[in-house]
Amino acid sequence: MIQKTLLTPDQLAENFADLHAAYPRDEAVTESSRCLFCFDAPCTRACPTHIDVPRFIRQILHDNMAGAAETIFSENIFGGSCARACPTEVLCEGACVDNTLLNEPVQIGRLQRYATDSTPASFTPGPVTGKRIAVVGSGPAGLSCAYTLRRLGHAVTVFEASDIAGGLNTLGIAAYKITTEFSLSEIDAIQAMDIEIRLGEYVDAVRLEELRASYDAVFLGIGLGPTANLEIPGEDLGGVTEALEFIAQTHTGPFEECEVGQNVVVIGAGNTAIDVATEAVRLGAENVLIVYRRTSHEMSAFAYEYELAKADGVKFEWLVRPIKFLGENGVLSGLRLQRLELVGEGRGAMLQVIPDSTFDIACDMAIKSLGQVALEPFLSEAADLQLEGGKVGIDASTGATGVDGLFSGGDCTNKGAEIVDAVQDGKIAAFGIDVYLGGLGSL
Amino acid sequence: MAGWGLYNTLTDSSVQKPDLTTTLAGIRSPNPFWLASAPPTNSAYQICRAFEAGWGGAVWKTIGHDPIVNVSSRYGSIDYDGRKMMGFNNIELITDRTLETNLEEIADVKKKFPDHALVVSLMVESTRAAWHDVVKRTEDTGCDGLELNFGCPHGMSERGMGSAVGQVPEYTQMVTEWVKEIAQTPVLIKLTPNVADIRYIARAAKAGGADGLSLINTINSIMGIDLDSFNPKPHVAGRGSHGGYCGPAVKPIALNMVQQLADDPEVGLPLSGMGGVQAWQDAIEFMLLGAGNVQVCTAVMHYGFRIVEHLISGLENWMASKNYAQTSDFVGLSAGKLGDWADLDLGYKVVAEIDQETCIHCGLCYIACEDGAHQSIDMTRIEDSTISSDDPSLPSFLSGGQTVFAGVGDGYANRFDINQETCVGCNLCSLVCPVSTCITMVEKESAIPSITWRIYQEKLQSGKIERIMPPDHV
Ligand SMILES: Cc1cc2nc3c(=O)[nH]c(=O)nc-3n(C[C@H](O)[C@H](O)[C@H](O)COP(=O)(O)OP(=O)(O)OC[C@H]3O[C@@H](n4cnc5c(N)ncnc54)[C@H](O)[C@@H]3O)c2cc1C
Ligand SMILES: Cc1cc2nc3c(=O)[nH]c(=O)nc-3n(C[C@H](O)[C@H](O)[C@H](O)COP(=O)(O)O)c2cc1C
Ligand code: SF4
Ligand code: SF4
Ligand code: SF4
Repeated sequence: MIQKTLLTPDQLAENFADLHAAYPRDEAVTESSRCLFCFDAPCTRACPTHIDVPRFIRQILHDNMAGAAETIFSENIFGGSCARACPTEVLCEGACVDNTLLNEPVQIGRLQRYATDSTPASFTPGPVTGKRIAVVGSGPAGLSCAYTLRRLGHAVTVFEASDIAGGLNTLGIAAYKITTEFSLSEIDAIQAMDIEIRLGEYVDAVRLEELRASYDAVFLGIGLGPTANLEIPGEDLGGVTEALEFIAQTHTGPFEECEVGQNVVVIGAGNTAIDVATEAVRLGAENVLIVYRRTSHEMSAFAYEYELAKADGVKFEWLVRPIKFLGENGVLSGLRLQRLELVGEGRGAMLQVIPDSTFDIACDMAIKSLGQVALEPFLSEAADLQLEGGKVGIDASTGATGVDGLFSGGDCTNKGAEIVDAVQDGKIAAFGIDVYLGGLGSL
Repeated sequence: MAGWGLYNTLTDSSVQKPDLTTTLAGIRSPNPFWLASAPPTNSAYQICRAFEAGWGGAVWKTIGHDPIVNVSSRYGSIDYDGRKMMGFNNIELITDRTLETNLEEIADVKKKFPDHALVVSLMVESTRAAWHDVVKRTEDTGCDGLELNFGCPHGMSERGMGSAVGQVPEYTQMVTEWVKEIAQTPVLIKLTPNVADIRYIARAAKAGGADGLSLINTINSIMGIDLDSFNPKPHVAGRGSHGGYCGPAVKPIALNMVQQLADDPEVGLPLSGMGGVQAWQDAIEFMLLGAGNVQVCTAVMHYGFRIVEHLISGLENWMASKNYAQTSDFVGLSAGKLGDWADLDLGYKVVAEIDQETCIHCGLCYIACEDGAHQSIDMTRIEDSTISSDDPSLPSFLSGGQTVFAGVGDGYANRFDINQETCVGCNLCSLVCPVSTCITMVEKESAIPSITWRIYQEKLQSGKIERIMPPDHV
């Protein structure tokens, strides 16, 4: 039965405590001293926002915390969120040469957190250019664009459909990585740069045209839509839910109010599925099972996420596909699955159903975690947007869409990547917009 | 430096352990490791603990006629990028205990440890009577030798003692003579490094009859300034005074001075070397340059007496690997390898070579050579699509369905190659490379024939040789 978590507030606080605790000073300095200060550093190149990693680490080492924070924020205004939630294993830390030398990268993410925690971001906007830009969506893409434009001296207004700012950065990231309070504090620092965020302002196709007419340029950072449906019987049973909703409850209310089943099945094996599964465990579910069509080799979850789930006691059922949600009196009681086999080699291997392999798993909660769909209705109605397989098509070096004065970036242009990619997209588009407006801005 | 593993055979009782016993200026010690005269040798309690831990000898903290009054605070240190106490300094004076207490305790320790070397450091007013008195009373304890502290660079020098004596050859000789007039045990003179040429002082000590020399005492220094209070470090109620510098950072200075004395035909005295000894290798270096034994202070103040176990075990293993039976087999072996720059061979040439297999692609060699040396390293891109997944220098792993390579970002890694035509063989790249075996300096045929600068000058003057042209490449 789905019910409010049975865990005590203390247990919940412990379960949702930071995955990686903040460094005390001495630890940060000792860790910093491991950095070799590489030239044309691989970590900096591997960071999508190209933060000068050895530079900020050296600034930590030499007690220049204001400088360290500035190094980070000048490239990535979500430096604090990224420090907590970036998949560093495949980005900066994956590239760190200490992997080769010592089999252990410099803990760049944790050092970045130490630096960004020490000094809040603050920048003086550049000289007024007289240009006004509308930003649609207050996720990392939109706010990174807004921030960069503002630094360049342009006036920016952000339109956000939701009544809470930050997009998935506030509502979608596992709470043991980024707390709601932290995400909102980062947004406060952005607003303090004289950037207006208008909440509860849904921009439809008509409004978009109005914005294009009344602003000098518009940036679209609307992210993606809801989690994809499975299109199998029983999806409307009570107890069948989806990843975003399940995670959002940990951000919109206290943990004590969060609902969770006792026997939870998570469908999918991407990073979202892992977040969902580990959060279900942390909310007190007794059994959590991830079911996935392929195997651990093909899953899109990062290796460290997989390890986290295993350490949390999450079980896995590979090579299966759900065919029906089973229910009693409108309430979920189980999931019917079919076994599959891989025919062929590698990524190109085909999945085939194994005849007569149907089996049922009892569960009181099923969470669809298949990845998000594009905001099709909006996109198809909106002015001549070029859609490429559900993505908004853009020029990668400027963020320009095919539509005059309309720029875009973030999840809606890449079908879902990381916070840090959205931040970089927003930054690139800001410079693209500045050039489009005549290059009046100055940093 | 391979081969120490051979010493595993030492556990086999048929193999003889090297003999670490040393005799310096007639003072016998079970091993060459002595505690320098400093806080670790303040009291009988400490020295007994030290001898039990394995120290071969100790030089008692400098004693004098009247106990001095110390200040608080007293020490400062230099940390280096996260490591503590690269260098250490103090504004402490000699013992703050009475002469009687010290002498009683010295006698007790000597009785308890008859086979260990117990030397007593002395510093008194610069009169013959004062020195005669202190020498007689000290030797009555049964100690094995005396070390005259002519080196303390602060506080005592202002009272006409310590380095005030050790900086003037005439005073050094005079006080040494006074002591030698009545001393029954060997007399070592402890030298200050705060002089222009330490050989002059050493020669004066020799002329005064010294039996041996200890060096170096601490170096004049200011450790730093607090950027908030603007106070010096360390400070006493907001004021500071230059203090004595020691610890790992001073070792190269000490080695140079030891070598200068070991190689000076006019000195020819046994040397007790010190200044920055931390590890067994440091000790061996002092000894290869001519020190008969070493003394240690800072490393003990940092880690305690227990470090002597590492010093002994490292020395024993190294001696076994080189087949040395006693320390005198190797003392001084390198002293003759140093001398004037003018005698270096201008025709000797090495160039750097990078082992691509162990390179981790950090780029440190490149930027060091480019900005700090001779622009002789080429940087080229390796596209990630061309990297093999079993390249040991660019290890990879799979995560989330993607292959991640260490050293790669933005689709490429950098490859570094030495331009051996322009490399001047300065060593810089090999010094900055974090991989110990990656960059080696290899000998290469030089365009210049084998010739020292001195001979080159002579031949130039007599017109027997063409002038060597400057290189085309900076
Ligand atoms: C479950 C989950 C876990 C994740 N975990 C991580 C992680 O650990 N680390 C990481 O780096 N990334 C993670 N991500 C990815 C990351 O959250 C996104 O890549 C990032 O938030 C994308 O930013 P964005 O600005 O493009 O879109 P979003 O964050 O989705 O923001 C879009 C905003 O636009 C608003 N909007 C949409 N349509 C309109 C409209 N018509 N009018 C006005 N406003 C509109 C939305 O309300 C929203 O606020 C995760 C994603 C998910 C789904
Ligand atoms: C706190 C302190 C006090 C010292 N006091 C004396 C002293 O009383 N007499 C003396 O001869 N040397 C004294 N020294 C110098 C040491 O004996 C030694 O020469 C010097 O520290 C170099 O060795 P190290 O690098 O191993 O410390 C003192 C050093 C320190 C750090
Ligand atoms: S790759 Fe690693 S060692 Fe090199 S600069 Fe980056 S963090 Fe430092
Ligand atoms: S030895 Fe000196 S000149 Fe030669 S490559 Fe290395 S740094 Fe450059
Ligand atoms: S310093 Fe050494 S490891 Fe680094 S790039 Fe140069 S050769 Fe390779």
